[in-house]
Amino acid sequence: MDFLLLSLIKAAVVAAVLLTTLAYLQWVERKVIAHIQVRLGPSRVGPHGLLQPLADVIKLITKEDLIPPHVNKFFYLAAPFLAITMSLLSISVIPFGSEVRVLGQTTWMQLTDLNIGVLFILAVSSMGVYGIALAGWASNNKYSLLGGLRSSAQMISYELPLSLAIASPLLLANTLSLRELVQKQGGFEFGFLPRWNIFQGPWPQIISFLIFVIAGFAETNRVPFDLPEAENELVAGFHTEYSSMKFAAFFMAEYANMITVTCLTTILFLGGWQPLFPASMGSNLVPPVIFVLAGLVALYHGLNPARRKDRFTLPVFAVVFFALAAVFLLPAAREAILPLFWFAAKTGFLLFVFIWIRGTLPRFRYDQLMAFTWKFLFPVAVLNLLVTGLLVALVP
Amino acid sequence: MDVILFLVFAIIAVLCAINVVVQTHPIASALSLIGVMGSLAVLYLLLGAEFIAAAQVIVYAGAVMVLFVFVIMLLNAGEEVHRGRSFVVQVLGAPLLIALLGLLVYFAQRLFPGAPMVRFGAFRGGTAVAVGRALFTQYLLPFEVTSVLILIAILGAIVLARKELD
Amino acid sequence: MPSGYVPIFIFLAVAILFPVATIIVAKLIRPSAPFLTKLEAYECGIKAASDSRGRYTVRFYIIAILFVIFDVETIFLIPWAVRYHAFGWFGVVEVVVFLAILFVGYIWAYKKGALQWV
Repeated sequence: MDFLLLSLIKAAVVAAVLLTTLAYLQWVERKVIAHIQVRLGPSRVGPHGLLQPLADVIKLITKEDLIPPHVNKFFYLAAPFLAITMSLLSISVIPFGSEVRVLGQTTWMQLTDLNIGVLFILAVSSMGVYGIALAGWASNNKYSLLGGLRSSAQMISYELPLSLAIASPLLLANTLSLRELVQKQGGFEFGFLPRWNIFQGPWPQIISFLIFVIAGFAETNRVPFDLPEAENELVAGFHTEYSSMKFAAFFMAEYANMITVTCLTTILFLGGWQPLFPASMGSNLVPPVIFVLAGLVALYHGLNPARRKDRFTLPVFAVVFFALAAVFLLPAAREAILPLFWFAAKTGFLLFVFIWIRGTLPRFRYDQLMAFTWKFLFPVAVLNLLVTGLLVALVP
Repeated sequence: MDVILFLVFAIIAVLCAINVVVQTHPIASALSLIGVMGSLAVLYLLLGAEFIAAAQVIVYAGAVMVLFVFVIMLLNAGEEVHRGRSFVVQVLGAPLLIALLGLLVYFAQRLFPGAPMVRFGAFRGGTAVAVGRALFTQYLLPFEVTSVLILIAILGAIVLARKELD
Repeated sequence: MPSGYVPIFIFLAVAILFPVATIIVAKLIRPSAPFLTKLEAYECGIKAASDSRGRYTVRFYIIAILFVIFDVETIFLIPWAVRYHAFGWFGVVEVVVFLAILFVGYIWAYKKGALQWV
């Protein structure tokens, strides 16, 4: 098939999946936070609130869109575009799975693989700072300006440990291509320990993994580093003056950044689409077992319903889960979707950690936040890089 | 294809550069400068210098321009007030500019008469690995001297800001 | 340009068209009834006392300068890391010298209190 046509199809698929994930990530976040706080969360629109994202989209589109007269109009309008475009763009180099054959076509589950994939993501995300800084400045509102300044200062400060933490797995892999990074983490040490960078000798990259994740929290402005949106001091931070779809653009940009950071963590440290343990020990059976268990749980609760409507919805969910388990047992489909499953499982777990921490930790103070990165994270990242280099040179 | 892309991004770069001068608001000028940096990065890509393109965006567009934007935001630099241009500038500005560009082209031609034409896609030494090889073997001394340069930059920055720090 | 960059431009078009499309759709169906009070700068209901654009603390400026400096340092380390296996011990020594000189600057900035956020 034509390379251009194939790229177009892949771009459409990636965009559709990404936007759906963005919408449902928000539903998942509200549900998880609700259960952490012993509430039910969204439960009115559709079964278990599953149609809530759709309702939110309709609500946001039909909201009045105010453009205050005191703003700097061009930059005020450009800022949300910049934020959402840059955060969507960086997903285009992420490899979601290995090679697949669809309709006689062999292709990678990745839009494109660049020689400088890692640097591409760094470059694009460093452009995302302008969306926030401009939004804060153009709004001509004290809360917005302070939020924008705080946010951009925080993002640039945490970018240093972030890029240094990226450099250590690069020392081991010696490539900037994200696909090759994952391929080099294939295989198992002693027959069971995966050669992921977080486990791999001579110096397991646990420290850089932690630094990367912490900096990732700060880069995406998430709790405990959500100072730019500290609602008790800054109302809503840099998007105070934004409403309707322009507000939604910032919202989606934050979630898209979250997905990029978790995907990148998975690729750099957790072996991308590589399984947790070898297929000889039954790693191929993990997805069907998980889905069967999920189906059984849904079936049990459907038969002993807590609420009346659960009697209908939960058995339907159970059937869906059983069907998914069956798909993972089909040899033809398994080849293609097993890597995808492992990638989605790792990324999903990291996303859950992001949400979990939001439900658990309080917010930092701004001076603590800055001192943490400049006085602790940055020197530790440099030292870790040096130690990694020394040990790699010692143990060839 | 490459030639078309080159022309498109070269024109964008020049237009953004003109916009830097023409705009009256400093933030608008700074953003146009980011546009120049971005299109330059694409031009580097067209020439096959992938690492340089990424470094251009990360360091220039991502770091140096953030500093510019910060300074403009923090100093509250407002819109530039248009003053009446002097008679000399109005009459001689454009011809002098054209003369300068002409001279530059002339001397470039004179100094490098037999310079080869650029062929898109012919250069393969622009990957991070190739840059690393050149930087850490052939250009080792300049690289180490760079660290001294960066050290001086740190000292300069702190000295500049010391009044506020004390 | 290597052909690997073509899908990037395609996806960039998607990423630009998506917000444009949603904002146009929203423009068609949303209500619009602005009045003066609604359009004021949001200051929790109190009338805005002054223009928001004043001068702010010099800390942000110092952070930005330090970021530029250390970002240059970091970008130098990437090609080193990518070709590390080919360098061996020589590579370690080179970068240790490079980082040691910068470490002096870092310590000095630390001692001078440039990293202190008050």
